[in-house]
Amino acid sequence: MHDKTLTQIANALGSGELSSRELTEHYLQRIQQSGAILNSFISVTADQALEQADAADQARAKGTAGLLTGMPLALKDIFCTQGIKTSCGSRMLDNFNAPYDATVVEKLKTAGTVTLGKTNMDEFAMGSSNESSYYGPVKNPWDLTAVPGGSSGGSAAAVAAGLTPAALGTDTGGSIRQPAAFCGITGLKPTYGRVSRYGIIAYASSLDQAGPMARSAEDCAHLLNAMAGHDGRDSTSVARGVPDYTETLNSPLSGLKIGLPKEYFGEGLDPEVEKAVREAVSVFESLGATVRDVSLPHTHYAIPAYYVIAPAEASSNLSRFDGVRFGHRCDNPSDLIDLYKRSRAEGFGDEVQRRILIGTHTLSEGFFDAYYTKAQKVRRLIRQDFLDAFEDVDVLMGPASPTPAFDLGAKKDPVSMYLQDIYTIAVNLAGIPGISVPAGFVDRRPVGLQILGTHFAEAQLLNVAHQFQQTTDWHLQRPDFAEESA
Amino acid sequence: MQWETVIGLEVHVQLATHSKIFSGASTAFGAEPNSQACAVDLGLPGVLPVLNEQAVAMAVQFGLAVHADIAEVSVFDRKNYFYPDLPKGYQTSQMYHPIVGPGEVEITLDDDTTHRIRIHHAHLEEDAGKSLHEDFHGMTGIDLNRAGTPLLEIVSEPDMRSAKEAAAYLKAIHSIVTYLGISDGNMAEGSMRCDVNVSVRPKGQEAFGTRAEIKNVNSFRFVERAIAFEVERQIELIEDGGKVVQETRLFDPERDETRSMRTKEEANDYRYFPCPDLLPVVLDQAYLDHLRSQLPELPAEKRERFQQALGLSAYDASVLSASRDMAEYFEEVHRVCGDAKQAANWVQGELSGALNRENLSIANSPVTAGQLGELVQRVLDDTINGKAAKEVFQGLWHGEGTSADAIIEAKGLKQVTDTGAIEAMIDQVIADSPAQVAQYCDAEPEKRGKMIGYFVGQVMKASRGTANPQQVNGLLKEKLDALL
Amino acid sequence: MALEDSHVRRAAHLARIAVSDDQASGFVEDLSRILDMVDQLQGVDTDGVAPLAHPLDATQRLRADEVTETNQRDTFQRCAPAVENGLYLVPRVVE
Repeated sequence: MHDKTLTQIANALGSGELSSRELTEHYLQRIQQSGAILNSFISVTADQALEQADAADQARAKGTAGLLTGMPLALKDIFCTQGIKTSCGSRMLDNFNAPYDATVVEKLKTAGTVTLGKTNMDEFAMGSSNESSYYGPVKNPWDLTAVPGGSSGGSAAAVAAGLTPAALGTDTGGSIRQPAAFCGITGLKPTYGRVSRYGIIAYASSLDQAGPMARSAEDCAHLLNAMAGHDGRDSTSVARGVPDYTETLNSPLSGLKIGLPKEYFGEGLDPEVEKAVREAVSVFESLGATVRDVSLPHTHYAIPAYYVIAPAEASSNLSRFDGVRFGHRCDNPSDLIDLYKRSRAEGFGDEVQRRILIGTHTLSEGFFDAYYTKAQKVRRLIRQDFLDAFEDVDVLMGPASPTPAFDLGAKKDPVSMYLQDIYTIAVNLAGIPGISVPAGFVDRRPVGLQILGTHFAEAQLLNVAHQFQQTTDWHLQRPDFAEESA
Repeated sequence: MQWETVIGLEVHVQLATHSKIFSGASTAFGAEPNSQACAVDLGLPGVLPVLNEQAVAMAVQFGLAVHADIAEVSVFDRKNYFYPDLPKGYQTSQMYHPIVGPGEVEITLDDDTTHRIRIHHAHLEEDAGKSLHEDFHGMTGIDLNRAGTPLLEIVSEPDMRSAKEAAAYLKAIHSIVTYLGISDGNMAEGSMRCDVNVSVRPKGQEAFGTRAEIKNVNSFRFVERAIAFEVERQIELIEDGGKVVQETRLFDPERDETRSMRTKEEANDYRYFPCPDLLPVVLDQAYLDHLRSQLPELPAEKRERFQQALGLSAYDASVLSASRDMAEYFEEVHRVCGDAKQAANWVQGELSGALNRENLSIANSPVTAGQLGELVQRVLDDTINGKAAKEVFQGLWHGEGTSADAIIEAKGLKQVTDTGAIEAMIDQVIADSPAQVAQYCDAEPEKRGKMIGYFVGQVMKASRGTANPQQVNGLLKEKLDALL
Repeated sequence: MALEDSHVRRAAHLARIAVSDDQASGFVEDLSRILDMVDQLQGVDTDGVAPLAHPLDATQRLRADEVTETNQRDTFQRCAPAVENGLYLVPRVVE
């Protein structure tokens, strides 16, 4: 049953062919069998999951069930879950049981979903390979010597390996789309403000956005229906109606104008990846779309701008982890400064410390204007590039990542790791939505096609991706790992 | 050398909202530690701030009251530093685009001179929690109930030249915020706190001297004392060949001195940047017009009206308009009795004296404005004389009756104005005092005026104080002069 | 803008992170490389461009001034490392 998409499972639950309990037990068993190899979960919440499954089955019997009632899901360990460990992949929060649910978690609970557990991630969502987790790296189910991508690597690997029908991730610079690409699944980063950030542990507040990770665009549409909407507890959440994202999935693509940013097909792009992406684009042409080259002239500056803005916000967001009210506290502090300095040095890993230091330095006196103010100006130019492009085309397409998944331990130097996000990071700076869909393989490692739309164009992205998945079967292919461990 | 003092004030006013500036937790004072610190106030992971509309409205009201420019767009920034009473490791404040721009406040000194003090800006921010230093096995306890209480920080220009001006400015701010009802202004509970920037310079020199910032000067009296000490310290230091260093100092009211805060050994670097969890606050003209139309009459306007329309002296007008409670009390007394000068005399004399003796605020006066107004009215319509009026006031103060009339009636204090009755008493006194009558008759005419006092006293005594003194005087003079 | 050891130490102090001498030199190396990459920004002409803090041009929504939170001290303090009499404890703070 783990071969099914979320949509197929929903139908099986609806028809009574499957109970939520059966389904939940099945996935829990799969997690138990293969979880240790992939290391994709930090916590498995079996007891609670079975309770939720039973409640869902009862609701279904009473006729009060919705489409997602009884649907097992996994949550990236960045979402606060009441009474359940919420570690954010960090030693700092290894002892933290959140006292409340994130708004998204609340919404999914209301929809009747079942939480299987909390997935592994780069510490505080800072990373592109899942190697910065306090709980150890996650393996890519397509090739256990490869990374799953990051920072939502646990969620991506778990979906790809059939340990859960779908999972939630967050994306600050590509953290949904890049691991989705590396693991051969579909992952959507919505428009900034579309999904509430309340209860999601902040990395960079003006960039963070939560989204669905699943087998297909249709699955993502169902999940986004449940996740999206205005939240009075998040000032940056947008008060704007939420359409039914499944309604337009089958709109025809004839006349769709696709732009290919020339900067996304330049130096550094693996030729095999480029080939797969161009083939995918030609599928859209066969569906009646027209394709033209466009330019996003400031693309090159997205990574530099991001590595000022994100660490600056992070350095401030992570100040609350001080060993006073929650989280790790060092033993026998000699005084207040010692309490702060040792608790934070012990609680945060290297990459988190690096980003805090970068952010602290660039915000400090004498550097602020040259770095922070400059980066924010460049951010406006980057957003303008997209807005200009969307004057001429409906969607942009390109690779989600310049290469397929790289080997574990391959990127030792932080900057070479950062450059991985060249095609995803500008999207967060501009706040637009983006989706990565499976579009082929290079040496049995998946390739992701990234599709970008203008602000609030999620329905269109899901429609375009769904139509692609009606014509291709890349998204249905499973790693051998998923079959072997069945 | 002649020295000139230059003073600027930063006043932190806690706004009287029900809930905190960024959360729905209560702002009530005096609750159990941490019982009013919600997830947002505690800075728990993942929580987010949402701005309280009342905090914005109150800041704008203040701005309108000091004729300030209100920012069409204001922005919240983060001020980053670590301290245990600051849960998030940053204070949400407004560094670059404050909600209230330049404005001004008029102050009146005891000598009736008025001065304009410019306000540089006022910005919204969140209050911190409290560190409790009682002994917890050598540890400090942190109570975060106060964390997130809305503050309006009002920053003046360095326009004050004496401790008296600084105190007058602080009082003016206090009266504006309490008039507006945007703060209870309770300095003892920390609702209003003040940091003072002080420097000195040789008289005539244009450039400012190096300033010291005195933290947490929390009463009108302390402001004067802290400045007096600090000015003397700086002058002595310079005259002895030393230099004032720019530093933060703490006022110690017990020793009446300021001292350097050595714990802040390093220069801070607050790394201000716009808070990404909050969006720009945009206010339109209609909103400002609406708030402007709701403004009460403010102290300066009241003072002006008391002088111009009611004919009070500048001093009376200033005292009576200083607090909203005082002004409202006075105006009610005036409304009931109809005579502004009498009302002013009674409120500042008998009433204020009694309140001061028992350390009561006018809001807690046992004598209501209506009661006092009626009492004054009874003096004005000659129902009672001045002496009896004081007795009636005491009666009201001690709750011996619910109204002036009731006490007048009960104590029989109604003035006797029946000429026949007074004449009878006068005849009796003249008959009983042959020696004094003889002296009167023998005296030089210009000395007789004084001598009549004895007879008035006797007649008043005979009437148990109820005779009308003017009437007694006139009739006595007639009768005595007839004996000449 | 070259990054020096003193910058890293100052940042580490401001950020309250204990850094050993060994770590400091590692950070100088890593952070220098990151800042070299970031320095490409200086090549962008941003004359007349306003900084962008939020991706959407939205404005702050205001909350009604209502008390909506109840006392949850016990729940919140369950995840605290040291509390007594409802207070969070820290090493003595000297004023």
